[in-house]
Amino acid sequence: MTTIASESGTRPVTDYRRDTGHRWQTVLLEIIKYTVLIPLTASFAFPLYWMISSALKVDSQVYTVPPILLPFPIHPVNFIEGWQILPFTRYAINSVVFYTVPAVAFTVLSSTIVAYGFSRIRWPGRDSIFWLVVMTMMLPWAVTMVPLFITFKWLGWLDTYRPLVVPALFSHPYIVFLLRQFFMTLPEELSDAARIDGASEFGILFRIILPLTKPALAVVALFRFLWAWNDYLGPLIYLRDENRYPLALGIEQLSTRANDVGNFSNGIPYLMAVSTLVALPIIITFFFAQRTFIEGISLTGMKG
Amino acid sequence: MAASTQRVSRYTPQEWRNLRLGLLFVSPWALGFLLFTIYPLLSSLYYSLTRYDLLRPPVFLGAKNYLTLFFDDPHFWNVMYNTIYYVGISVPFGVGAAFLIANILNSRIVARSFFRSVIYIPSIVPAVASAMVWQFLMNVQYGAINGVLRYFGLPIIPFLSNPGWAKPSLILVAIWAQGAAVVIFLAALQDVPRSLYEAATVDGANIWHKFRNVTIPLTSPIILFNLIMGLIVAFQEFTVPWLLTEGGPMNSTEFYLVHLYRNAFEYLRMGKASALAWILFLIIVVFSLVIFKTSARWVYYGGEK
Repeated sequence: MTTIASESGTRPVTDYRRDTGHRWQTVLLEIIKYTVLIPLTASFAFPLYWMISSALKVDSQVYTVPPILLPFPIHPVNFIEGWQILPFTRYAINSVVFYTVPAVAFTVLSSTIVAYGFSRIRWPGRDSIFWLVVMTMMLPWAVTMVPLFITFKWLGWLDTYRPLVVPALFSHPYIVFLLRQFFMTLPEELSDAARIDGASEFGILFRIILPLTKPALAVVALFRFLWAWNDYLGPLIYLRDENRYPLALGIEQLSTRANDVGNFSNGIPYLMAVSTLVALPIIITFFFAQRTFIEGISLTGMKG
Repeated sequence: MAASTQRVSRYTPQEWRNLRLGLLFVSPWALGFLLFTIYPLLSSLYYSLTRYDLLRPPVFLGAKNYLTLFFDDPHFWNVMYNTIYYVGISVPFGVGAAFLIANILNSRIVARSFFRSVIYIPSIVPAVASAMVWQFLMNVQYGAINGVLRYFGLPIIPFLSNPGWAKPSLILVAIWAQGAAVVIFLAALQDVPRSLYEAATVDGANIWHKFRNVTIPLTSPIILFNLIMGLIVAFQEFTVPWLLTEGGPMNSTEFYLVHLYRNAFEYLRMGKASALAWILFLIIVVFSLVIFKTSARWVYYGGEK
C-alpha cells in the first residue's frame, strides 16, 4: 500500500538555518508559494461558497450590484420550500434505492470475485487476459452508448433503472483493477495455509482475504457511490418518466422551471438550495472518509 | 509462467484445476465483456454503415455516413474544431495547473490537507450541481462576476452568451474540477525519494534544477497517465456544456458528445451517431498512441524498461 501525505499539516514551515546558502531564495519562494496558493484556493472554494450563500438569500438579495457576499437576514426556509417545488423526496428515493444502492452492491460484489480471479489464483494466460481489462478501462463510453441503448430498448428496459444497474453485475474494469492491486499486496502464504486446511477458493476470499481488505472495499464502494450519485448522462438517456427521475435530472428540471420568468419567485435561491442539498451527501462523506478518498484516488495513478 | 511460454500446453492437473477456478472467478467479467463491450462495439460498427431511426429496420448504406460526415457536412467540421479547441487547451492547461498546484502542496506548507481538500472537492461535487452555480455565476445580468465588474464600472463579460467567450468559459469550469489530478500528482510527488533532493542540494542545485532534473523525470509516468486520462474524459465532455450552453451560442460549444447525443437521442439518427462514435474512438486511439510514442523520449521508468 502506498504511503499517503502525512495528515499533520502543521509541521514548522521551513528550517532556514539548514540551507543558509539559499536563504533569500527560500524566503522568496515561501512568499510566492502563499501568494499563489491562497487566492487560488479561494477561487476554487468560491463557487461552492456562492452556491450555499445564495441558497440563503431571497430574490431581492440576489439581483444586487455589488453582489452580497454575506447575506443577512438569511432564509434557511429556502431549503424546505425549494425541495417541495418538485417531488424531490421521490427523486432522492429513486437515486438511493433504485440506483446508488444496487449499483454499489452489485459492482463491489462482482468486481471482488473477478479481481480475486485475476490476482489470487495462478492460471495460465491470466496476465494477458488482464490486459484486456486494462484496455476496456480506456474504451470511450461513447462507442457503446448507442448500441447499448438499442439493446436495452429492445429488451423493454427504457424508463427503468435496469440499464444503469444490471451491467454492474458483470464487474467494473476500473474497480477490478484497484481491488486487484490491493489483493496482490497480501502474502501468498495466507491462501496456501488455508488451502492446505481444505478451504475452497470462495471460502478463502470471503473468510480470509475480504476481512483484510476492508479499506479497499471502502475505497471502491465510495467511488461507485460517487459515480452513481453524480451520473447525469445515463439517466438522461434511459429515463423519460418524471416519476422515475433521480436527483440529477430533478435539478435540471427545477432549473428549467426557475428560468421561466414569472413562474415563481426565489427561483435562484431555490435552485441553489436544492443543488446544495444534492451535493451535501458527497461533501459530508468526503469529510468523514477523507483518507479513503485520497488513498483511492492516489492509487489510481500507481500503474505508471 | 514457465509452462505457458513453452508451447507444449500440457498442464499438470493442478494447473488445470487452477485454470478452471480462475475462469470461474473471472467469468462475470468475461460475460460482461462480451455483452457490454464486444457486442456493442461490433454492432455499433454495423449500425454506422446503416440508416436507422429505431422505428423502421436499419437500411444498409455502406460508407455513406462516414463520407457525408467528412465531405458534405460543414457542421461536423465545426464540431471537430470546437472539440479539438476544448481538448487542446483544457487538457494541457488542466494537467499543467494540477502539476504546479501539487508541487506547491508538496512543499513544506501550513495546513496542507486543508488546501488539498478545498481543491479536491469541486471534482467530486455532482456536475449538475456545479453546472447550476456556474451558470448563475457567469450570467450576464445577475452573475456575481459581472456584478463585481459592473460595480467598478468595468465592461461586463458575456461568458456564456458570446461565441468567443463560451469555450474559454467552459474550459475554466473544467480546470476548476481538476482536483483529482492534483491528488494523484501529490501522491506521486510524495513517492519521490527525499535522498535525491538532498543529493542534488549537495551538488549545488537550485530549486529550478531540482524541479527540472529530479521532480519532472520521476513523476513523468504519472504526467503521462493524467494526460491520457484527461484526454479521454475531455473528448467525451457532455454534462457541463449540455447544461450551461446546450451547444450554443451559435454552435460554439457543440462539442463532440453533445453532437453525438443530439443525433442519437433527439434526431434518432442511430446510424450517423454510431459513425460519429467510431470516428471519436479512432481519434482517441490515435491521440493516445501519439502521446505514448513520444513518451519514450520524456517519460522516465526508473530501472525497469
